[in-house]
Amino acid sequence: MSIVTVRRVSQTFFLALFLWFCIVSSFGMEWRQLRGWPVNWFLELDPLVALGTVLTTGTLYAGLLWGLATIILTILLGRFFCGWVCPFGTLHHLIGFLGKRGRTASHKAALNHYHGRQSLKYYFLFFLLTAASGTLLADSTRIAFKNPVFFWLILAATMGATVLALVQSFSKPKRAASIGLALIAAWAVLGYFLGAGQMLGASLQTGLLDPLPLLYRSVNLVLLPLADADPQKLFSSQRYYEGAWVLGIIFLGALLLNLKRPRFYCRFLCPLGALFGLLGRYSLWKIGKTADHCRQCRLCEANCEGGCTPSAAIRSNECVLCMNCFHECKHDLIGFGTQRSATGEIVSPELSRREAMITLLSGVALVPMMNLNGNTARNYNPDVIRPPGALAEPEFLRRCLKCGQCMRICPTNIIQPAELQTGLEGIWTPILNFRVGTSGCQLNCVACSLLCPTAAIRPLSLDEKRGRDGFATAGPIRIGTAFVDFGRCLPWAMDKPCIVCQENCPVSPKAIFVREIFNTVRDGTLVVRKADALTVEFRDPVLFPDQMATGDFYLQQLNGPERERKLIVRNTAAQVMVRPDQPFQPPPEPGAVVAIQVRLQRPEVDVKRCIGCGICEHECPVSGRRAIRVTSENESRSKTHSLLL
Amino acid sequence: MKPTKESSAIDRRQFLERSAKAGIAIAGVSLLGYALYDPLGPVASETDTGGIVRLPSFSLAESGPRMAIATGADRVSSINLAFKAIGGIDAFIKQGDRVLIKVNAAFATPPFLCATTNPELLAEVCRLCFKAGASSVIITDNPINNPESCFALSGIGESARSVGADLILPKDSFFKPTTVAGGTLIKNWPMLYAPFQGVNKLIGIAPVKDHHRSGASMSMKNWYGLIGGRRNIFHQNINDFIMELGLMVKPTLVILDGTMTMMTNGPTGGSLSDLKATNTMIVSTDQVAADAFGATLLGRTARDLPYLQKAEAEGVGTIDFELLRPVRVQAV
Repeated sequence: MSIVTVRRVSQTFFLALFLWFCIVSSFGMEWRQLRGWPVNWFLELDPLVALGTVLTTGTLYAGLLWGLATIILTILLGRFFCGWVCPFGTLHHLIGFLGKRGRTASHKAALNHYHGRQSLKYYFLFFLLTAASGTLLADSTRIAFKNPVFFWLILAATMGATVLALVQSFSKPKRAASIGLALIAAWAVLGYFLGAGQMLGASLQTGLLDPLPLLYRSVNLVLLPLADADPQKLFSSQRYYEGAWVLGIIFLGALLLNLKRPRFYCRFLCPLGALFGLLGRYSLWKIGKTADHCRQCRLCEANCEGGCTPSAAIRSNECVLCMNCFHECKHDLIGFGTQRSATGEIVSPELSRREAMITLLSGVALVPMMNLNGNTARNYNPDVIRPPGALAEPEFLRRCLKCGQCMRICPTNIIQPAELQTGLEGIWTPILNFRVGTSGCQLNCVACSLLCPTAAIRPLSLDEKRGRDGFATAGPIRIGTAFVDFGRCLPWAMDKPCIVCQENCPVSPKAIFVREIFNTVRDGTLVVRKADALTVEFRDPVLFPDQMATGDFYLQQLNGPERERKLIVRNTAAQVMVRPDQPFQPPPEPGAVVAIQVRLQRPEVDVKRCIGCGICEHECPVSGRRAIRVTSENESRSKTHSLLL
Repeated sequence: MKPTKESSAIDRRQFLERSAKAGIAIAGVSLLGYALYDPLGPVASETDTGGIVRLPSFSLAESGPRMAIATGADRVSSINLAFKAIGGIDAFIKQGDRVLIKVNAAFATPPFLCATTNPELLAEVCRLCFKAGASSVIITDNPINNPESCFALSGIGESARSVGADLILPKDSFFKPTTVAGGTLIKNWPMLYAPFQGVNKLIGIAPVKDHHRSGASMSMKNWYGLIGGRRNIFHQNINDFIMELGLMVKPTLVILDGTMTMMTNGPTGGSLSDLKATNTMIVSTDQVAADAFGATLLGRTARDLPYLQKAEAEGVGTIDFELLRPVRVQAV
């Protein structure tokens, strides 16, 4: 079996495994639904996830330790992950392969020739990583400044670096890079002196381009929901995701670009590939030519997946170890071993220092500018309800990958990808929408918190979510508070009995309670023509037969001795019959004034008990803008959003 | 093509070099991974009890409870009379003292509307402090309206500058979390702390005002302006909250300015018809006693102000101000 076949088996296996993990990330009783599979494994293997969250949080969370294994193998072997494991890479590989079919070998070789803009992905990587490192910069300066020895050391080093960089910028313009570094350091120091509040900030945006979050997101929110449709249901009901079309276009676009150039995404855009390219710099085993001279048939480049020029000086940081060159060379002049290529090799990406500097600086500068929106401060959006267990907003944004795992697993489909509700940095992060789903946040469900690969939604036990046992003092996790809109609520605004919200409130005792009130209906004050103990006849025949016989209407005499309300059991146009066991004693006199009243129970929210689950909002019969709606006030995760003492 | 012996030696050296670098890289990331490994993840946002600050007591035990009530329409002469009546300001402010004056600068309104501490009164108190030997006088508040506007329009800023006192406007970084011992409301809550650095005497100067939620805004409620954060939620339980303010702040003195009393439309006022000349100036070491007397200027009694009852029960002070045997003086 040739090495290429082994690679294909590996790719097929990992793609199938990935798809299987996506399929089993479905909530239900079937054997193929969630059963403890390690469905986050590909995200955990992805060292960009690990690196990004290490930069933003200073910790390496649980399963992300797998990323270390990938890093170690990459240091030894180079970009094996791209060519052998990455399911997104495999899709690109496949489509690129199909797109090239029937072309001549020289045409294929031209498509697969190295392109200068393949360095673009490194800039993306730098940008995403520096955007994630603001807090780390601020914290490291802060730690340094607590210790006077560190302070002077850092100050001296910064001054030295700046002076050196300035000197070098005159003599060696290419060394101007260090100016950039000095500027970052200066920025950090400045940030310290200005309180670091606004000058530095971190935002985890790697998930926008990182292929694994991107693929999970696309499959979870676009492909599987399409497949969920009858008759081949994965989930029991159709799943809806707001803005799924944007994700779909991005996904399809990324795939179709392979027709322009094979592995377009991997070569030009993928920040993870860039990270691997940098990590594999000292890899021990590499692809390379064993002899200087060959016939330059360039068959080796016809199917070169990395676009790394194996026929000449190989760019080993672009090589994805597809082994096609090794396989295709008719003269066995390409080997995989510890020797350097006989025609030389290029191990570093082709980067312009100026462009790299601009990217690094804009990464550091962009986040503080985004923070000026105040989305995580006073200007927070109350319509943003995060899943239960979500960390406080700044910490949450430092961990959320936008991978969509929580959105996939949510049994009621209420977790939705944000558009711009939480600002630019919160795009595609999970927010709850109680209208689109099939219910509210289920009282006894912690699925999203257990699935989140980075603990942006930290793992909750049911006891913690419900506030039981050891969590009794803390109380249940609240994700917001329901507010009744008195202008839209049927019993409040329209004299219609309802209280669906109260009935569905899952909290015990219920957070929604009612106050009873009897309201005289419109035109319901009538004059009696004659009456006996059970039947009252009016002067004017104004009623529809049995209109008042629903069990919600009462008759009350407004003058005379008998004022007790009587339940109406039947009516004609001019007559009303009351409950036989509630006779009028004495019956109203002719000319007496009576009122037909509706018994209403008006819902109100006990803010102490409401957990913001949104079941009331989901069930509210006012189907457009609901008459009871949850906003994020009083959510457990934020002290400043609290509503009560 | 077989590599020559020489080139294989080079290759071997390069391989070793690469191996060393790869080894160092692997050791480096592994160590880093191990050091940063966090198997459990974040927990519920801890109620951080570190960094809690508390105000020291500024009251002078040796002076005992003292109170003076001066009558007169001119604040400058009233305050001088009142101080003279309780043994002069020297009894409270000593050589080298650093004095903080907590004014009521809540609103960006002109002084004649009496919604804020009167600037002439403030200037006179500052002068007296300096005369008694104070090395510095700091004036601060965390107003409701925009601080710059409040200090400018109320005249307090100009008044402070004219006598050489230091005006400190609130900044986010000046607030530190505090917890009131024996309280249930003020827990781990931001308080305007930085201006108190190095201060050893505290004077509160507040006007007497109607206040819809609590009944009256006087000396005790004036400490609301030391609280930061989303403090308006405390209005849900205003009486217990004001009592806790009394537990939080133990001033050297309070000065309650009842020269003009805001009888209606408090605490903002906004028109002269809200004011009534009541011609009274109170200086007291007991904030509860001062406010109990102040209530009478509003035509109310201590019974109308539950926070006074609560404060007395918690030992903040005495409602029956006559027990302090207040010295009553009248301007001629």
